[in-house]
Amino acid sequence: MTAPASWRHSRSAQRRAARLVGYGLTVIALAAILAPFAWLVISAVSSQADLITVPLRWIPEHPTLARLEDLLFGSNAHADAFRAAIRNSLLVTSASTAISMVTGVLAAYAFARLRFPGRNWLIFVFMATYMLPGVAIILPIYSFFSSVGWLDTPWALIIVYSSFVTPFVIWLMRGYFETVPTDLDDAARIDGCSRLGALWRVVLPVSAPGLVSTALLAFLFSWDEFFFALILTQTEAGKTLPIAINDFIGRFTVDFPLLASGGLIAALPPVIIAFVFQRRIVAGLTAGSVQGS
Amino acid sequence: MSHALVSLRSRLQGERWVAVAMIAPATLVILAITVVPLLRAMWMSLFHIVLIRPGVEPFVGLGNYIAELTSPIFWGAMGRTFVLTVSSAGVSLALGLGLGVLMNQPLRGRWLLRSVIILPWALPGVVNAFMWQWIDHAQYGALNALLTQVHLLDTYQNWLGDPGTALWMIVIADIWKNTPLVALLVLAALQTVPKELADAAEVDGADALQVFRRVTLPLIMPMLLVALVLRTIDSIKLFNTIYVMTGGGPANATQTISLYAYKTAFQVFDFGKGATLGWLIAFVTVGFVIVYLLLIRGSARENRP
Amino acid sequence: MFGTVRVGRFATVALGILFVLGACSTGASPSGAPPTPTGAQPTAAVSQSPAAGPVTITALFMTQAGYTDDEVKAMTDAFTAANPSIKVDLQFVSYEALHEKIVTDQLGGSGQYDIVLQDAIWGPEFAVAGISADVTDSIPADMLSGVFGGVLVGTQYQGRYYGIPWLNDTQYLYYNKTMLQKAGFSAPPSTWDEMEQQALAMKQKGIIDYPFVGQYKQGEALVANWTSTAGGFGMTDFVDAQGNPTFNTGGSLQALEYMKKLLDEGVTNPASTNYVSNDVKGALLSGQAAFGIVWAYVYADSLDPAKSKVVGEIGIAPMAGGGHACNGGMSLAITKNAKHRQEAIDYALYLASQPVEEKYVTAALPMWKSSFEKPELSASAPELWAAAEVAYQGMINRPMVPFYTPLSNALQVALQEALLGQKTPKAALDGVVAQWGSLQSQ
Repeated sequence: MTAPASWRHSRSAQRRAARLVGYGLTVIALAAILAPFAWLVISAVSSQADLITVPLRWIPEHPTLARLEDLLFGSNAHADAFRAAIRNSLLVTSASTAISMVTGVLAAYAFARLRFPGRNWLIFVFMATYMLPGVAIILPIYSFFSSVGWLDTPWALIIVYSSFVTPFVIWLMRGYFETVPTDLDDAARIDGCSRLGALWRVVLPVSAPGLVSTALLAFLFSWDEFFFALILTQTEAGKTLPIAINDFIGRFTVDFPLLASGGLIAALPPVIIAFVFQRRIVAGLTAGSVQGS
Repeated sequence: MSHALVSLRSRLQGERWVAVAMIAPATLVILAITVVPLLRAMWMSLFHIVLIRPGVEPFVGLGNYIAELTSPIFWGAMGRTFVLTVSSAGVSLALGLGLGVLMNQPLRGRWLLRSVIILPWALPGVVNAFMWQWIDHAQYGALNALLTQVHLLDTYQNWLGDPGTALWMIVIADIWKNTPLVALLVLAALQTVPKELADAAEVDGADALQVFRRVTLPLIMPMLLVALVLRTIDSIKLFNTIYVMTGGGPANATQTISLYAYKTAFQVFDFGKGATLGWLIAFVTVGFVIVYLLLIRGSARENRP
Repeated sequence: MFGTVRVGRFATVALGILFVLGACSTGASPSGAPPTPTGAQPTAAVSQSPAAGPVTITALFMTQAGYTDDEVKAMTDAFTAANPSIKVDLQFVSYEALHEKIVTDQLGGSGQYDIVLQDAIWGPEFAVAGISADVTDSIPADMLSGVFGGVLVGTQYQGRYYGIPWLNDTQYLYYNKTMLQKAGFSAPPSTWDEMEQQALAMKQKGIIDYPFVGQYKQGEALVANWTSTAGGFGMTDFVDAQGNPTFNTGGSLQALEYMKKLLDEGVTNPASTNYVSNDVKGALLSGQAAFGIVWAYVYADSLDPAKSKVVGEIGIAPMAGGGHACNGGMSLAITKNAKHRQEAIDYALYLASQPVEEKYVTAALPMWKSSFEKPELSASAPELWAAAEVAYQGMINRPMVPFYTPLSNALQVALQEALLGQKTPKAALDGVVAQWGSLQSQ
């Protein structure tokens, strides 16, 4: 029943060709992703005069780490504000990611596995908060936080971001849970687990890739959110990174190297997190799942 | 037999309470802070509320909506939004799909691509906007420098100041920043495709492309739909990038509905119209989503063996 | 291959470092001594209001422009040192966010600001909206007589003052001295026709491809640029005495036609359609432009080797056609529901006082006429001060109407349509005038 030799040869030749194409595409993808970034790095170590040189020299005459050092270790108004913003961003983002993941995963499981009225349209109601642009609802939200004295605190942003991100966690994880065969749940429940127990013990571990990518999504939404942070914060006590970086922009002038430096530093935490978890994203179905045995 | 029915019904009823308990926390988080503002926004859209007429807030019913829906500025903005959204979401979906598949292949060094892919997405939006504005700069831009140095171009082009190209430069900036999101979602979705199915199809004589179309694609379709919806919403809401790169110009060539809504609400401070535009944007977004769902359901019905 | 554990540990450490850096920066440290005083010590003591206990006023300023954050803090510290019963809570936001910050604060119920920095173009809007208070009676006589007239107009609405003038700025015609000499001219142009001739001569002699660069991106800068140009064609106001629009005729129309003509002739760099001040500065300071219209700050930047490739070659002159350029100043508005109105006014008057403004001249030129007769102040940049004196006397304002923002939005689109050749200048401006009614009755 083995395939004929000629077929096997052309198969492996096909595979080799496919692999070459794969490497080629990977190189192209890497170039497309990294080229603008390389330019950003170059800008961060250039002076403003370097950037207005024509014809453009790709490497500046005197690269300087001055701006990066200034932001990380300097002691002037905008450096202090920048570092305070890092702290605020980390706090707000971690908290809102945690809240939205916990509540979202619970709800997603219910949507995926349980029957109840309103199962189909309730998700759209939830999504309305994200679909409506911020300009329409910002004033009442601002009034509310002003009245409880939470303006310029991390709490305001944590609450707002959690409310925006949770619908997505629900939708994403519901889709993901629906791909997990119900046999897994049933097996766990036969063993005496409750619904919650089945979720915790069996379904979640199998859904690690989905959980990681959803958590990344939640993290990056909060990390990058601009409009609500702009309106709801005022001083170092509350400003997050996007706002601190935006404050580098003057009325008539833009210190682009400074902006680039700030952007690079701000991109680090999500990149670090993604790098750590990138192996998790492809964990795949664990051995011993019902499917194969 | 009746025993099974009874236990089924009681199980369903019990399930309802479990469902409520599991969904309650999310409902609280989502709606507690936004329900009132959402309703207030709807209420405000029925009045004429302008900053420079404090205290004078006549009820206009659907007047704001009618004014906008008959305004050429509105429809111009809608048209540009449509072009931006379809191209940006469509291209990033296609590219993201390709990248996700690529990252799933057993190639050496794929860990590099997987780690690097998040960089554009992680960059703060405001920095991305300025970076692309600088790259596309008509006198000093890296894009012009690169293209002229490899002789693909003779002279520096005014990418952002020309009504014919400005919107496309914004599309490029949006695609570059957001394709990683699609790629990661696709990668995660591909993990749910059991390898045995693909192997079985191959043994049956299908080549790689057929395996992908018949086996893999239908299985990751739900995730693709989510990615598409996310990209659509983000493209419709895109603001900072456009504001920084072109300010809505040249001559409104890049004024999308989000920019128009922002200018109305926060520059002109016409709050009634701002709320109106906000809700119109939401309706448009829902419209897109409904179209996607119908398309998906249609194609799913076609693909069923 | 990295073990996940090792990478995980590295990541934790990296994140931890970032976190610690953030945590360690609690409490801003005022750093950097203020510039060495060049004038008399400011008289800081003000008449004490019979208040019981220290009063805190909240102030909103902008970052990265005019006086720096640190300079504003220094000024404020000097004020509070001389007035121990008043504390000032300072907040800074970027200029772009300033407008919406003020409105959100006043309308959203918190109303925490007693004093805010407002752009001249928002003055009438805030006045009508009830955001800024009428401070006519608090403006001292020496300010009324000692400050340039154009500055004062920029803080008025219908004859009443709704702000204390403070941060003064206007536009200038910058030029490249080397290119001018190479083309055979000894002085910068004094009329717009002259500039056109000089620019064409430079172009024909091959000195530079595009001699002129303008701020034509769709935005407020375009309206300001146009205003400065129109001043040189004799425009004095956008509306007539009855409040009817006149900008589709006379000097303003000629200015737009001139701007378009220069584009068509290849004198103006076509890239200008996406340019704002930062780009004009870049063009001038990289030697890629011979003429440019932009604000005062470019002069200092032109002498900084980290920013300029043509140090010492950039000259500054009052706007062609008599030095009538656009007012770009900002004033201090006292909010109508300020909790501590008098203290806020005292603070504003202190900041705007001549001695304080003279102490920080490197950041912004003073708005006091007699400052320009003090050689010790202008010695650091005589060319700038000479041009500024002429420019401040001739300064003109954009339309001082409460519906300025929608008007400006309409003008921006119309001006770009004309410059891009989509409409004739007359048709474009007529289009805005046709909307006057609906713009007015917002």
